[in-house]
Amino acid sequence: MSPTVWEPATVVDLSSETPTAKTFRLRLDHPSVHLPGQHYILRLTAPNGYTASRSYSVASAPDGSPEIELTVERLRDGEISTFLHDEVVVGDELEIRGPIGGWFVWQADRPALLVGGGSGVVPLMAMLRFARLQRVTELVRLLISVRTPQDLYYSKELPGPESTVIYTRATPAISTRAPSRISEADLEPLLLPEATAYVCGSSPFADAATDAAIAIGVPADRIRVERFGPTGAGL
Amino acid sequence: MARFTRGFSGRPERDPRLPPGQYDAGRTWPVLTAEATPRLHTDDWTFTIEGLVAKRITWTWEEIHGLPWSTFNGDIHCVTTWSKLGITFSGISVDTLLEVARPLPEASFVMAWSHTGYTTNLPLSDVTDGRAWVALEVDGEALPREHGGPARLLVPHLYFWKSAKWVAGLRLLDHDEPGFWEQNGYHDRGDPWLEQRYQGD
Repeated sequence: MSPTVWEPATVVDLSSETPTAKTFRLRLDHPSVHLPGQHYILRLTAPNGYTASRSYSVASAPDGSPEIELTVERLRDGEISTFLHDEVVVGDELEIRGPIGGWFVWQADRPALLVGGGSGVVPLMAMLRFARLQRVTELVRLLISVRTPQDLYYSKELPGPESTVIYTRATPAISTRAPSRISEADLEPLLLPEATAYVCGSSPFADAATDAAIAIGVPADRIRVERFGPTGAGL
Repeated sequence: MARFTRGFSGRPERDPRLPPGQYDAGRTWPVLTAEATPRLHTDDWTFTIEGLVAKRITWTWEEIHGLPWSTFNGDIHCVTTWSKLGITFSGISVDTLLEVARPLPEASFVMAWSHTGYTTNLPLSDVTDGRAWVALEVDGEALPREHGGPARLLVPHLYFWKSAKWVAGLRLLDHDEPGFWEQNGYHDRGDPWLEQRYQGD
C-alpha cells in the first residue's frame, strides 16, 4: 500500500446522522479500493498554502463504485470538523489520500465481533454493510453503545438481525435494559466461535469493551482496537 | 501545489514547533493503540537488549531504576496529526543501556518490541547519541498504563508509533525489517519534519 497521492473528491451528498454528525458522500475519479475498516486522510488547503488534515474512517462498504462515505462528528473547536459541518456544500471539492490501514480491517473472511462506542461505529458500519453486501451476515455480530437514542448513527440500518444497540444514559421507551455501560452480559450472546473482536471508540470505551471481551474468553491477541481521543477518528 | 479548499482560510497563527500537517493537541494527550491495554505489573516487566551485541542483558524494574536517569523536555508528534508541545519524560537513556550491551560493529538497525507483541523498527543511529530513552515517568509522575506504563520507548524526533508502549526490549540487527505499523503501510523511518507518514513518502 502506498497511498502517497492526494486526489480530488467531490461532495455529492450530505446527510445528518445526529445533531452533531454528518455523512459526506464523496465521488473519486475511480472506483474506491478500500477495505472495510480503513480510513482516508482529508486535507483542506487555504489560499496562503496552509493545510490541515485529519483521518476519517470510511462508513460505506467497498461496492465497486467511485463513491465513499465519511461520517464526521462535529467537535467543539475542531478545526476540520467544524469547517466540514459549517461550510462544505454539495459540489465542493476536497482532497483525500488513502485508503490507509492494514490492521483494523475485516474482509468478510472470518467470524467477527464488532464493538463500537458512539462515533466508533463508523469503520464497523463499513464491515457490517460489507457483510450484508456479500451475504455473509452469519459471520458478524455488532454491538453499538450510545448515550441516548438521539446519538445513534445509521439509525435506518441499526439495530438489525445481526446488530444490537445499548444505551448508557437514556433508553428508548421499549427497552428492557437499564441504561449502563457495556458489560460482559452484553457481549456474551454475540460471541461467535473463533471470532476476532474489533473494538472502536473512545479510550475509556475501548478499555471497558476489551476488558469485557477478554472476560468472555476472547484471547487478547484476537482483539483489534482503534481508539480515538479528542482528535476524532484515527488509527 | 495543492488546490485550495473553497472557504477555508486556516488558523492564523502556527507554532513553529509544529511540523507540517500537525496540530497542537494542547493539554490533551490522545491515546492511540491497536491492541488491548495490558495490565503489566512492574514485577513482571523486564527490558532486554539482544541480537548483535557483545552481551545480551535483561534488566528488571528494580535494576533499571538503579541506572543513571536523564530527562527529555520537548515535543512529540503522532502520525494521526496531533502534536503535544512541551512535555517532559524521565527515564534511562538508550545510550546508557547500550554501553552495557556493547553493539557489535555490524549492528545498524534495531527492532523494538513490547510485552504485548507490538514491534517497530528503527535505524540504530536514531536511538543513540541522546535521542532515545526508556521512559519511566512523564511530567514527574509514573507513566500511565494507557500511555505505555510502566515503561515505553521514547524516540521523540520520530513519529510517536516508534516510541513503543510497554516496551520489552531492543534487538540489534544488521538489516532493516518492518515492524507492526511498518508492515501495515507506515513509513520505515517516520521523520515528522519530512512528513514520512506512509511507505513511499
